[in-house]
Amino acid sequence: MAARLVSRCGVVGAAAYSSPLVSCRRWSGASTDPVYDVVVSGGGLVGAAMACALGYDIHFHDKKILLLEAGPKKVLEKLSETYSNRVSSISPGSATLLSSFGAWDHICNMRYRAFRRMQVWDACSEALIMFDKDNLDDMGYIVENDVIMHALTKQLEAVSDQVTVLYRSKAIRYTWPCPFPMADSSPWVHITLGDGSTFQTKLLIGADGHNSGVRQAAGIQNVSWNYDQSAVVATLHLSEATENNVAWQRFLPSGPIALLPWSDADHTDFIDTAGAMLQYAVGLLKPTKVSARQLPPSVARVDAKSRVLFPLGLGHAAEYVRPRVALIGDAAHRVHPLAGQGVNMGFGDISSLAHHLSTAAFNGKDLGSMSHLTGYETERQRHNTALLAATDLLKRLYSTSAAPLVLLRTWGLQATNAVSPLKEQIMAFASK
Amino acid sequence: MWGGGKLGSSGGWFLRVLGPGGRNTKAARHLISSAVYVKNQLSWILQIKPRVFNEYRTMWFKSYRTTFSCLNRIKSFRYRWARLYSTSQTTVDSGEVKTFLALAHKWWDEQGIYAPLHSMNDLRVPFIRDNLLKTIPNHQPGKPLFGMKILDVGCGGGLLTEPLGRLGASVIGIDPVDENIKTAQCHKSFDPVLDKRIEYRVCSLEEIVEETAETFDAVVASEVVEHVIDLETFLQCCCQVLKPSGSLFITTINKTQLSYALGIVFSEQIAGIVPKGTHTWEKFVSPETLESILESNGLSVQTVVGMLYNPFSGYWHWSENTSLNYAAHAVKSGVQEHPMSAEFAFKGETEELQANARTNPAVHEELKK
Repeated sequence: MAARLVSRCGVVGAAAYSSPLVSCRRWSGASTDPVYDVVVSGGGLVGAAMACALGYDIHFHDKKILLLEAGPKKVLEKLSETYSNRVSSISPGSATLLSSFGAWDHICNMRYRAFRRMQVWDACSEALIMFDKDNLDDMGYIVENDVIMHALTKQLEAVSDQVTVLYRSKAIRYTWPCPFPMADSSPWVHITLGDGSTFQTKLLIGADGHNSGVRQAAGIQNVSWNYDQSAVVATLHLSEATENNVAWQRFLPSGPIALLPWSDADHTDFIDTAGAMLQYAVGLLKPTKVSARQLPPSVARVDAKSRVLFPLGLGHAAEYVRPRVALIGDAAHRVHPLAGQGVNMGFGDISSLAHHLSTAAFNGKDLGSMSHLTGYETERQRHNTALLAATDLLKRLYSTSAAPLVLLRTWGLQATNAVSPLKEQIMAFASK
Repeated sequence: MWGGGKLGSSGGWFLRVLGPGGRNTKAARHLISSAVYVKNQLSWILQIKPRVFNEYRTMWFKSYRTTFSCLNRIKSFRYRWARLYSTSQTTVDSGEVKTFLALAHKWWDEQGIYAPLHSMNDLRVPFIRDNLLKTIPNHQPGKPLFGMKILDVGCGGGLLTEPLGRLGASVIGIDPVDENIKTAQCHKSFDPVLDKRIEYRVCSLEEIVEETAETFDAVVASEVVEHVIDLETFLQCCCQVLKPSGSLFITTINKTQLSYALGIVFSEQIAGIVPKGTHTWEKFVSPETLESILESNGLSVQTVVGMLYNPFSGYWHWSENTSLNYAAHAVKSGVQEHPMSAEFAFKGETEELQANARTNPAVHEELKK
């Protein structure tokens, strides 16, 4: 353990001279900049949720938290008539996290859609897998990103004495403390914003997306590649009204197509044609004896001006933590959307990190100390690496139409469909 | 006096260690024998413990105990080194001061030589916090120890003082080594919240006993009692500065064959977990000794629990076995004592105390000076 940490410090020192975003200055004497206990850089879904989770934590009651968001404050006056096409699939585990600080109630009062079944099949063969939940639990929820952001913003405003949110603030420079404790140098991380103001913090959490500035400034290596694919998302209207609570996915060689349920009356679905998508590894219970193959609904038209394109890639940071730095969400891992796990992995990171920080605060520990940060990193890297590897494997497996691979994946899909404990395990893993 | 000690009262035992060859260049052939004289009001105890480690890589360890004037015949292959005895009233050992002075700047390196002490916080802070929370009816979230005054004796660089400060307590940390206090002071100055809650002073416990009698809700003496000269006086002073029903927390090392083998030989000389010369086996205190001194000072021992360090993982664990490290929690009796004065010899006092049913009858012993 000691050797690994020493090498970490060495890399920080080296990175300090290579990255323009970083400097390692000695500060003589205590600086007069305000000292925050935690600064979260990046106010997206994951960053705002992290700030909320800490703000509502009982052991953080007298701690000061700062959230830096580069964009403007998004105020949702009222729900728009048309549905937004940026949505996320929220797993039950993420819903639990959101309800732990009261955001889920706001979402329920606004708009969301639960789904209970998922059917996936292969285009090249008739292999099919059906995920179903016997008891009346929901497999997941489709929620618009704007709705989630609004709920989080409302909850942040309620704890404004502990959590300060700065909009239109982008950090331009991070200054790390010296790796070895020096008598007269500040042990905190210094952050300089675009407008020149500076802050000090005991722990910097990077939640600034897959092009994370915090990660680059810390010199953390990122393993990444771009898929030769983009995702297209749109809102569809179905031709007939059905009980719209099933998610459909079909693997085509050019990429999977998915239909995610939105509403009963005016069905809004999202097509996601990204590369080979791994079906949601959402655990399911035993299928009913009569698991009739349901036919997907037929589409009437596409909502005007609702199509969006975004590029896809994979990324994984080699380290999630450094002394006084932690990465969460897309800054740490970027995944193909085929499994719908991207934001759920981010919420999982938040649960884990908030738990470790809460215990550390109750033990009076220095929040930036590596001893509990490495606990978070180990826990999450194990989970995330497995999911990333599986997602990537499935993407590659399903993007060919070569006969041996088609045969292999057909048998694999059918075998998995037949073995219900395996499906349950998959569902449980992805629901966390 | 040493009832229940793991060592036999006479004779010794052999510990043969066959070390690897080719270590001749290493100047690690220690040959230590020391004589420690401890004077207290009740008895003289003379202990001479020679340890021989010769270059044929065998070590004989013999321990002898004699009381009063019997001097033991000591067999040794090499020289003997006798430590001078101290007759002063201070509990501070100047040899220890020198050892710690050399390492004063290394306190806050979490992977440095004090790493085991940093990770010991995972055990001792919850231990102190949970036992103190039992006495607080409603604690504030975020600052569970708010309103408590704690004295950290032998605070070193403030490794334990700072977590207690973060939990909301007002802490005074004292240490006889001024470099330690300078390091601690500098480290806490960067955190405005801690700066207000913690105060450091360069002094020994006896020096502040007069002015701080009965003012602390808790006294913490972690990894200290194995470094003091006069344990009885030290614990007496700890008791005097505590409020009635206040808590005393001690963590230290037991005096057993195992603690010699692992705590001195392995940790200091072989594995280098602890800097050489930090500990002296004679000064280790067994839980039974500690309990008897604490009881005689009016403190009732609530908990004694063992701690185990895993050098490979770097983490400490609680353990049933107290033969290496252990933690103890004692509570001062709730009897209202006289404001502290050095001599309490009078009969009226002792009668009053004896009349109180809850008083330990042995407590009047400490009133004699």
